[in-house]
Amino acid sequence: MNTSKRQKQRKVLLMGKSGAGKSSMRSIVFSNYVAKDVRRLGATIDVEHSNIKFMGNLMLNLWDCGGQDGFVENYLTHQRAHVFSSVAVLIFVFDIESREFAADVISYSAIIRALSENSPTAAVFVLIHKMDLVQSRLRQQLFEERAEYIRQASEGFRDTVEFFPTSIWDQSLYKAWTQIIYYLIPNARGIEGLLRELAEVVDARELILYERTTCLMVTHVTRGAEGQNPFTDRFERISSILKTHKQSMAKHTGIPAGSANFAEMQIKTGRFMFFITRLTENTNLAASIPPSEQVFNAARVNIALVRPKFAELDIASKPRPAVQQAFAHSADSERWEGHVEGKGKEREKEWEA
Amino acid sequence: MEDLPDAEVPHTDPVPPRFHTGRLPNSKAGDGKPRLLLMGQRRSGKSSISSVVFHKLPPSETLYLETTTRIKKESMHSFMDFQVWDFPGHLDYFDPAFDVDNIFEEIGALIWVIDAQDEYLEAIMRLNTTILNLQHSYPNINVEVFVHKVDGLSEDYKGDTFRDIIQRVQDELSDHGYENAPVSFYQTSIYDHSIFEAFSKVIQKLIPQLPTLEALLNSLCSTCHIEKAYLFDIMSKIYIATDTSPTDIGSYEICSDYIDVVIDVSEIYGWDRPSENGDADLQETGNNDAESLITMERKGNNYLYLREINKYLALICLMGDDSPSEKKAVIDYNVGVFQAALKQVFPRAERDIVVQSPS
Repeated sequence: MNTSKRQKQRKVLLMGKSGAGKSSMRSIVFSNYVAKDVRRLGATIDVEHSNIKFMGNLMLNLWDCGGQDGFVENYLTHQRAHVFSSVAVLIFVFDIESREFAADVISYSAIIRALSENSPTAAVFVLIHKMDLVQSRLRQQLFEERAEYIRQASEGFRDTVEFFPTSIWDQSLYKAWTQIIYYLIPNARGIEGLLRELAEVVDARELILYERTTCLMVTHVTRGAEGQNPFTDRFERISSILKTHKQSMAKHTGIPAGSANFAEMQIKTGRFMFFITRLTENTNLAASIPPSEQVFNAARVNIALVRPKFAELDIASKPRPAVQQAFAHSADSERWEGHVEGKGKEREKEWEA
Repeated sequence: MEDLPDAEVPHTDPVPPRFHTGRLPNSKAGDGKPRLLLMGQRRSGKSSISSVVFHKLPPSETLYLETTTRIKKESMHSFMDFQVWDFPGHLDYFDPAFDVDNIFEEIGALIWVIDAQDEYLEAIMRLNTTILNLQHSYPNINVEVFVHKVDGLSEDYKGDTFRDIIQRVQDELSDHGYENAPVSFYQTSIYDHSIFEAFSKVIQKLIPQLPTLEALLNSLCSTCHIEKAYLFDIMSKIYIATDTSPTDIGSYEICSDYIDVVIDVSEIYGWDRPSENGDADLQETGNNDAESLITMERKGNNYLYLREINKYLALICLMGDDSPSEKKAVIDYNVGVFQAALKQVFPRAERDIVVQSPS
């Protein structure tokens, strides 16, 4: 058990130029900061480590690396092996407003080179940050230009690097982090399978599984006509809504934001019924169902009944054969080290024996 | 309801009342289209305020707003119709070329915006000139001074500036022999809820039915052990009434944030679905009025209850500790009674809905 816990630790490097917004986004996503609170943050000195327990058995080992030139120099020389070895994900943050974009890219390629030497299997996510400072009509174009330029400098990661425009002031931050987290979750397929079964049983239009503390989406299941929902960014939007609400509750009740969780939220209208309730220790389940009192109540009961099954999946390191035999093809517990070009969907390799 | 038969009849006291009577000072009684005038120096934040409050523009986007060059008139259709007139800062409002009477004739409130982060002496001077000018022809205009952009000031400095502005305005007015002018002051910022709170207070002065609403909410609160109840205008998130227990900005904020949650989620899932065949018989089970409930995980924490009252208004209650969710049925019933009572208070609003709905 002990060893399996350790193996689920994923090292995530958060890098980028000083002042790009690395610590700000970390505080917002993981430490319940509000966007406007981040101006209180000072500069990060050297590396700040944080361990974030996520979905039971996934432990994010987040290295927030201070971006001042002196520190970066140090990472690339003395601590090169220490910093860049066994990295699962590198998140590199670019400031869209930066006046020295070319210099930023040079620093980026130096880091990419160090990464490919020490952890060639790592995934790279590039966040082009502070997009809110660009006028909205120019955003898309500027983002694409920058992304293309950075891609050219990505060497061995050229084909796999993924780009996201982000801003701490809207849900784009959640969109990017959701993708990153999805990439890291070891048993996403199993969770998805079970969720799909549940959706059939309760006749839900949509079920969305959220991580509890960060409010990031783990996965979702959409059925029938709900697939045509015009709000394709609804998952991030709900993330952002939940997070904001959590902060508002915390502020009002005076309890720390980390524990200001609601037991249940219900919204009933003539067009839909919606509720979010706790599913397991680390997850909340949001369900959108047809507007019917009976379906609503039945769904609540069923979800309460299915909790133990999810709890098992959440924490257990042993795969549940019924759902997972299709992909649990290997007993190789080290396999997760070995997937490189996974675009977030090739999760099969990650099963633990 | 029988206790308050006169709720809708405008007061007819010979002495013009000043505060909270709800009578519109200068308009014909009952036509109910008050005007809010936004005035102040240029760059003091008038257009930002109106965009944030009435158009839901994110505060950070107000940086890109362009200077207002002519009077912008906007009509708000809500539980009561009112107009917001946004004035360019550089105008001289008493220029003879201006039709002063036309501007101030139906005014509900004059909102004067002062930038607290800027030199405000000139703004105060102009404000006083305006008040003194208005005093002759329209002595009962509510003048509301928003000491704006206070978010950028430290706590101490904020209080000092606020007091200093009040002092200067009042001194100068009394120097001109105008004591106890009907001027109220608010500290506002578009980056938090204070601007909504201030607007709520301004609007409440213009609602003739306010005392009735407060009485209704009080009685609802005591029956259902509600800690605090607000009647919100959903669109603008201005509250038009609350029970008379002491208000703190915290409970307003939490209710206002809660409306956001419900509206945002409703927007996401309330889209027009292609009609599902065979589901027609299920239709009647859906709720006509949206309702929502949040229970907190920890025991002893309050929970929140929201109920749509009509097209424009929502009731939001912060439940006390002794009102567990098992009693929800009773609360539902009582809120239903409240809703019925409200229909009698605002018969016009209901009629409007019927008239407007086909169009």
